[in-house]
Amino acid sequence: MPQASFSSKEFADPELCKGLLRTLRDELDGPLRFMEVCGSHTVAIFRSGLRSLLPEGITHLSGPGCPVCVTHDSEIAAFLALAEKDNVTIATFGDLMRVPGPKGMSLKQAKAQGARVQVVYSPLDALALARQEPERHVVFLGVGFETTAPGVAATIQTAAAQKLENFSVLCCHKLVPPALEALLQTSAASQQEVGAASQGGIDAFLLPGHVSTILGVQPYAFIAQQYHTPAVVAGFDPADILQALLLLVRMRKQGKAEVLNQYSRAVQDNGNPRARAVMDAVFSTVDAPWRGIGLLPGSGLAIRPEYAAFDAMQRFSLTLAPTPEPKGCKCGAVLQGLLTPPQCPLFGKACTPANPVGPCMVSTEGSCAAYFAYGNL
Amino acid sequence: MSDNYILLDYGSGGKSAQRLVSQVFVRHFANPVLETLDDAALLHMNGPIAMSTDGYTVDPIEFPGGDIGCLAVNGTVNDVAMLGAVPKYLSCGFIIEEGLPMDVLERIVASMGNAAKKAGVLIVTGDTKVVPKGAADKLFITTTGIGEVQRTPAPSGHNAKPGDAVLLSGSMGDHGLTIMALREGLPLEMETRSDCAPLNHMVAALMQAIPQVHTLRDPTRGGLATTLNEIAGQSGVAIEVEESQVPVNPGVAAGCAVLGLDPLYLANEGKLICIVPQEFAEQALATMRSFPEGAGAVQVGTVLEPGKGLQQGQVALRTPMGGRRLLGMLEGEQLPRIC
Repeated sequence: MPQASFSSKEFADPELCKGLLRTLRDELDGPLRFMEVCGSHTVAIFRSGLRSLLPEGITHLSGPGCPVCVTHDSEIAAFLALAEKDNVTIATFGDLMRVPGPKGMSLKQAKAQGARVQVVYSPLDALALARQEPERHVVFLGVGFETTAPGVAATIQTAAAQKLENFSVLCCHKLVPPALEALLQTSAASQQEVGAASQGGIDAFLLPGHVSTILGVQPYAFIAQQYHTPAVVAGFDPADILQALLLLVRMRKQGKAEVLNQYSRAVQDNGNPRARAVMDAVFSTVDAPWRGIGLLPGSGLAIRPEYAAFDAMQRFSLTLAPTPEPKGCKCGAVLQGLLTPPQCPLFGKACTPANPVGPCMVSTEGSCAAYFAYGNL
Repeated sequence: MSDNYILLDYGSGGKSAQRLVSQVFVRHFANPVLETLDDAALLHMNGPIAMSTDGYTVDPIEFPGGDIGCLAVNGTVNDVAMLGAVPKYLSCGFIIEEGLPMDVLERIVASMGNAAKKAGVLIVTGDTKVVPKGAADKLFITTTGIGEVQRTPAPSGHNAKPGDAVLLSGSMGDHGLTIMALREGLPLEMETRSDCAPLNHMVAALMQAIPQVHTLRDPTRGGLATTLNEIAGQSGVAIEVEESQVPVNPGVAAGCAVLGLDPLYLANEGKLICIVPQEFAEQALATMRSFPEGAGAVQVGTVLEPGKGLQQGQVALRTPMGGRRLLGMLEGEQLPRIC
């Protein structure tokens, strides 16, 4: 999905990065397993070659940070059911096109078979489409975390103000903090089970820069307070990530657990209250299914009754039918940092980007897809 | 032409079709072989022949730096040239959507005529079909080219050897990003233009100067990354590329940052990859740099023996800060219909 970029040349400077790597190596005082929960971080860490340079002892885990990857089979099934309807045009971000549903069917295949599926760059483009085609009903697929949800909420408000009757949103938005909480609970449980300090557990979090522009820092406070795990909101250039890792190492050394903001050039500590207000006005919090993880309490958004006219679930009387997880797929364990992608028996064999079995292989930002594309050199 | 728009009549084979052929195509492609207007072109060729065909469906059909016409000529000329051959003759097939403005068709055909002249090839035979509105998008062109192979074995994707230098004739991603930005209506801070150009003159000089050229390929769709993966696979070798050495124009780099694209996967229409034994690298670079289309030529990588950290068919990228990662193949489409 397109994101505003605060990328800057200074933060990609090779000499700066080499210096930070040296400091990191010097200050590291024991193994550190950190997890990022943002597809852009996954890609940045692999693409920059940073992964191959991390000091021995630092383990990079890719969590459930790709919104496409965590979109549940049952939600994809609903997208496909809508695409099959006469007079419905599906408007979607491009990265959902390839995601396979329960029977291996994707929006791309549905389009080839005659469904009207239009790739858009913003929910407002979907609104424009609805105005251009008054005889068709345009459904925007609302997928994404707190970064994209405010824009979709504002679009629904605009549609309401314009009394648009042929537009609705299939709302599958998900929230990051509840997923982090679920991960920390699993991590704590697995550590107790295994009895080892750092086997399958998460020592620290690299928090998502884009999501945090909306949330700010406060919603993550529980990570430090309840789970005594250090966390840093980080930008996406190599020096951002290295600086954040250094902050994590230093906190751990000092026995401190706090939530710090490395990405202050884009993230304000209180986030974007206006965007959150719009989101709250249109959406309410619900339990939501995450692919590979399952139902997480309070982790999704649904359209409030005031805006029911724009809720595709209601307009088309859709329900999310339970679907089984793909056989042999270890995405759940990968998303929780319990396994690395190459440890899954399907990885690179039955499951490849051309023929993905599990969610982590589907999107280019998924952790399995990143391992596959950029290698483990 | 009397009509302002292409009508279905123009594909009928009757008088209006004849007028279109003589007043548009023959006029702009002017050469004695075509002008006989027999059922086939009579050609005289020497030695082994290289042949290539390609369909062009780019949207939009006119863009900064070129149009579908010069693309259809240069694209096929370049494919033939990549065998170290001298391209001689082209055929062209037009599928025109009813209602295409006549002046647009004239511009495109004139552009093809100019491109052929620049490349030194003759367009000797062709065909025109007009399809009802909606059955095609404005204009599709298919060209086939043949050329004389200068040396056997000809340069090939199967010939890259460990120790060879991987050379690039210039900047990456100009064509792909220009088309993408235009199509999506994305305003870019800096102007970009397609690099659409014939490469056959530069190839002829390379073949003359360095008979030891192992591989020539033009990184069109899928870009540098995809083409290098193909070569590594065909030759059973590994390749390592130094990211900081790959030239990317500032406008393309800025556009890629905004759109989340990687210039190494974007199409090029006037660049080539040349793989030569390392001892001939400097000479090959000097030869390329003596042509405007090769002014930015640089060595970007090395061919490696597989097994030392990289498997056969793999391409690795050394990043500016010294990291190393795979540079894989493009999965599916990055953008549709760019050439």
